[in-house]
Amino acid sequence: MTDPDEAADRRLDANAAAGPLAELFTVDLTVAVATCVGCGNSAPLAAHLLYANAPALVVRCPDCAGVILRYASSGSRLRLDLTGARLLTVTLPANETAEGKRHQQGLA
Amino acid sequence: MSFVSRGFARRRREAPPGRLPPGQYDVGDGFPVLSAGPTPRTSLANWDFRVQGQVDEVRRWSWAEFQGLPRESISVDVHCVTSWSKFDTRWEGVSVDTLLADVVTAAEFAVAFSDGGYTANLPLADLTGGQAWVVDTYDGQPLEPEHGGPARLLVPHLYLWKSAKWVRGLVLTLDDEPGFWETFGYHNYGDPWREQRYAGD
Amino acid sequence: MAGTAIRRRLSWQRAEVLALHRETRRAWRLSLRPPDWSGHLPGQHVDVRLTAADGYTAQRSYSIASAPAEPGIELVVERLDDGEVSPYLTDVLREGDLLELRGPIGGYFVWPTATAGPVQLIAGGSGVAPFLSMLGHHRATGHPRPVRLLYSARTVDDVIGRAELEHQPATVKVHVTLTREVPAGWTGLTGRVDAALLAAHTVSPAQAPHLLVCGPTSFVETVASALMDLGHDPGRVKTERFGATGGP
Repeated sequence: MTDPDEAADRRLDANAAAGPLAELFTVDLTVAVATCVGCGNSAPLAAHLLYANAPALVVRCPDCAGVILRYASSGSRLRLDLTGARLLTVTLPANETAEGKRHQQGLA
Repeated sequence: MSFVSRGFARRRREAPPGRLPPGQYDVGDGFPVLSAGPTPRTSLANWDFRVQGQVDEVRRWSWAEFQGLPRESISVDVHCVTSWSKFDTRWEGVSVDTLLADVVTAAEFAVAFSDGGYTANLPLADLTGGQAWVVDTYDGQPLEPEHGGPARLLVPHLYLWKSAKWVRGLVLTLDDEPGFWETFGYHNYGDPWREQRYAGD
Repeated sequence: MAGTAIRRRLSWQRAEVLALHRETRRAWRLSLRPPDWSGHLPGQHVDVRLTAADGYTAQRSYSIASAPAEPGIELVVERLDDGEVSPYLTDVLREGDLLELRGPIGGYFVWPTATAGPVQLIAGGSGVAPFLSMLGHHRATGHPRPVRLLYSARTVDDVIGRAELEHQPATVKVHVTLTREVPAGWTGLTGRVDAALLAAHTVSPAQAPHLLVCGPTSFVETVASALMDLGHDPGRVKTERFGATGGP
């Protein structure tokens, strides 16, 4: 069973950060795969842990709990820290890749 | 034209004049829990408090030794950068003056470090002179883990993020080394009365 | 002609409140008409923002409970007595008001379409909201894939979407378990969702289901760890923990 105190951590899934991150990115960053600088674990950003009851959104690695991303919007400034992510891999929708476009145009 | 949600207002209560720093509100009886990570669980048997870095000799207290140090009771207002303030919070703990009493150092800065990897930087001058404590008791009870127990730093004249929860020691430094929030655009000093929330404020 | 994909940044819009009705003792359903809506995937959410006259704002996320084919969108709002946003939505907001929102948001916790295998949904409390959207979508498409929902509610009066859940196609099985009060004559399940309940009433690991779990943090973590213990592939378990976010 889960330690009831852990609920007090109020962690969420980083899926809940999709809206705030859309202030900055036109792709849905939460479906991107992030690789942790600390332990090398790779997982969709949405499957990371989000700590939202803090001065900024803090996204942590589901494996080692290292900080992957920090994001805040306050007033007229947006701040993003990605030093904890070694790599972000975004898979584009098929109609936005060169191959997808050929399909659309009936060339493939 | 900016949008206003019909009938929506922040719940505010009256505060005595001069008691709230600019941009803050009185949270009343509540004590919000902010967490940027999982709550560390360190057993008291494994807990210690260290003063290290630019020091003549590293100082270390076990939990039992820490409990044997002279204690003080503190009643202060605290101010969180997320804009709530809480009046007359009552704590007990050890003055940082006591912890640094016979330390010989050329350092002008300190980094408080915590279980879970959190850090906060402060000028050494803001940790001494009866301005800062390591507290293990809140409102007469052992400090709860969600509020930083077994022990946290308390530096009430600065925004509360400087009062590192789950604190395990101080690193004294010659150069200022920005901590967890300071490296993310929060103000390096964090004086609530000058509303120093973000770098450049 | 070269295909140029132009992506727009998601922006806030003002949706008209078409209807508000009390669904259970603590949950309300809001019907909204966002002016600029290109459809959503079952499981996606919206961010709702309230703005006071002095500029103060409060923001929360709510899952979309309606199926994509339905006009407008519906949200389920659980009233948290000491909350800041939910009591406004349930007590102050009226039909005809405008509510600021942005969406649809989140491409991860959505109805699985890449493969056709069985789907197991597991909900705690108002965590059933995204699953109502998924079940509505499943029914509308008439797809033959098997779907199961295990739904934990406090009492029978706390069951959100009761009418919809009782009228599901043959491909869908719904199990409700009550954790607080059990009325006389109740033939459903009782007790909290644990390993034994999961083993008895959810799709087995051998059938390699997609699993989606939504509810409060402690519920989701208990269920997710029990699912791993039962031998489910962690890569097929998607979770959505919810809680009050954005400050005190």
